[in-house]
Amino acid sequence: MGKYNMHVLVCGGTGCHASESETLLQNLKTEVLEHGLENEVQVIVTGCFGFCEKGPIVKIMPDNTFYTEVTPDDARVIVEEHLIKGRKVNRLLYTHPETKETVADSKHMDFYKKQLRIALRNCGFIDPENIEEYIARDGYEALARSLNELTPEQVIEIIKKSGLRGRGGGGFPTGLKWEITRKSVSDIKYVVCNADEGDPGAFMDRSILEGDPHSVIEAMAICGYCIGSSIGLVYIRAEYPLAIERLKTAIAQARDYGLLGEDIFGSGFNFDIELRYGAGAFVCGEETALIHSMEGLRGEPTVKPPFPSVSGYFGQPTNVNNVETLANVPPIINQGPEWFSTIGNEKSKGTKVFALAGKINNVGLIEVPMGTTLREVIYEIGEGIKDGKKFKAVQTGGPSGGCLTEKHLDTPIDYENLIASGSMMGSGGMIVMDEDDCMVSVAKFYLEFTVEESCGKCTPCRVGNKRLHEILDKITQGNGTREDLDRLRNLSHVIKDTALCGLGQTSPNPVLSTLDNFWDEFVEHVVDKKCRSGQCKALLQYVIVPENCVGCTACARNCPVNAISGERKEIHLIDQSICIKCGVCMEKCKFNAVLVK
Amino acid sequence: MSHVKSLADLRKLKEDLQGKMSLREKSNHPESMVQVKVAMATCGIASGAKQVMEFFINEFDKRNIQAVVTQTGCMGYCYAEPTIEVTVPGQEPIVFGYVDTKKADEIIEKYIKNGELVEGIIPVKYQSIEINKENK
Repeated sequence: MGKYNMHVLVCGGTGCHASESETLLQNLKTEVLEHGLENEVQVIVTGCFGFCEKGPIVKIMPDNTFYTEVTPDDARVIVEEHLIKGRKVNRLLYTHPETKETVADSKHMDFYKKQLRIALRNCGFIDPENIEEYIARDGYEALARSLNELTPEQVIEIIKKSGLRGRGGGGFPTGLKWEITRKSVSDIKYVVCNADEGDPGAFMDRSILEGDPHSVIEAMAICGYCIGSSIGLVYIRAEYPLAIERLKTAIAQARDYGLLGEDIFGSGFNFDIELRYGAGAFVCGEETALIHSMEGLRGEPTVKPPFPSVSGYFGQPTNVNNVETLANVPPIINQGPEWFSTIGNEKSKGTKVFALAGKINNVGLIEVPMGTTLREVIYEIGEGIKDGKKFKAVQTGGPSGGCLTEKHLDTPIDYENLIASGSMMGSGGMIVMDEDDCMVSVAKFYLEFTVEESCGKCTPCRVGNKRLHEILDKITQGNGTREDLDRLRNLSHVIKDTALCGLGQTSPNPVLSTLDNFWDEFVEHVVDKKCRSGQCKALLQYVIVPENCVGCTACARNCPVNAISGERKEIHLIDQSICIKCGVCMEKCKFNAVLVK
Repeated sequence: MSHVKSLADLRKLKEDLQGKMSLREKSNHPESMVQVKVAMATCGIASGAKQVMEFFINEFDKRNIQAVVTQTGCMGYCYAEPTIEVTVPGQEPIVFGYVDTKKADEIIEKYIKNGELVEGIIPVKYQSIEINKENK
């Protein structure tokens, strides 16, 4: 029999890879061979399924069985029970966190019900290291049609009509960018793919490159045709070894098939792609800094204009697009701009990929139509907050974005709405926080990141962010004053108005949005010297409850700074001026006589 | 691999390759096509369920019928193995017993293609048979 009757897909994304999915894959292949099923069952490694919370994932087709948290040892039972006898392995099926019912196939999982996968269309479906599987799913058809049937102007018109905007965060119309670069006159032009994904907790671009590298390659070639360029460069961070490896394999395969190189599809159009590695500086996601880094210079931004589309890599017109933006291009050309523009809402078309992280049940990678509400994302796809805790805030847009609260939950997610609510789309990181998170500390965390990542070129960002961080630190140490809150706000506005590049201009956003949305919490920190979530250690007070204290002296004997006084069999007392809040007294007390306030 | 030189080349290559992916493509929309589940417990396998399953997969392909063939555990009709369950889009599933390749051929030609019931139905629920009779 020449045809497989079952496909076993094993997730080979970075997350699952780290949980031994590679060994699992080998075990499955061995078991299949041992049971003589090699002509009936095909075992394939794919890109990310998105459901990273419960990885490693194994999906069995055609019955769509979705196995979670599969260990290498489970390979045998999957082969013997499911592949041979048709019995699903119940213990490996996904269990709904609330109803506790097992869900047999992915069609019935809440996680997938509200998703629409365009940029991730092939992630977790095809083998990213096999160009044939990409071609079987309309791969390179958009490039072939563009080269053989359309003029560059017509392709640009299609992209413009679709309403596609930059997915890296800024939201600049992609078609317009291509048109501007096309109009710049020069012999040499460059197509650059920005794969320098640096937001904490974000892994959208990495997953696309790992799961479907050909979609990015194809789109870069289409872009080259449109703007008149024959050289593509992918700027990717060296911390993404798996993505780099898959991208290299994909480029080599595309060359073998003549889909990169000279005279592609007999059209006379030449295009090839090279990789450039970044060292992982956040600022290099900014296009001018990225270009300088590729030129071998320090990764520092320069003032725009001139925009890269006029003068970019080595002074030549350069079109910089983000990975996710590019991944949307082939489906738009294949299915038409009208199709794409019916998805989403008025000003934001299509879908957006988000990396869900933080205190949420389903940590993972999702793609939803623009205009989906935060509530749908967090409570339906994400299936709510971990351990039944209360939702407090969601941080979008990474260090450049802000925190949104309960009142924003029903806001449709799109570029304009998020900015109006004091955050931004960003590249798609979404970190969920619950009642145990202190918002002053959250703001401090992001500032720590910006201070670390500031390139140091302009004063507002280099010095201003440092000062912001110091004030926030002072507040969490319990030394803040009301004036500090005004100072935070003023300084934030100054930095926003005066910093050189996108990094500096947006770095105060986490401070401003937490000030706006959690003003009470800031006031509590500076006036009442209290941290309601108990995260700011310096603001805690350990006290002894007189009714419970039996005078055993356990606390006093163990206190490292001798802050506790009291005689045997008498009530003890903690001297707050000496106490270092280490919590040892509470740990040692057997009578619940130490309380933390 | 020789170079793909034109859109026509690419489309031809795609057609050749699509067969390998069709199993996965189909399972994205199982509800829109004929679904056949073959009971593949020990008793089923011993009675030839594997050959029947293979027969269905190959014949659907040859006769150009969009279908998904999956295996399932024991259905409980061990006396009537191999048993299969057939779901035609929009209709209640029907279970057939004693399915050998000859029977399978009859099921494809009569039931799946024309909606005619054939011998060997195991009444799972009285009601579902009634519904199917009305539909006929």
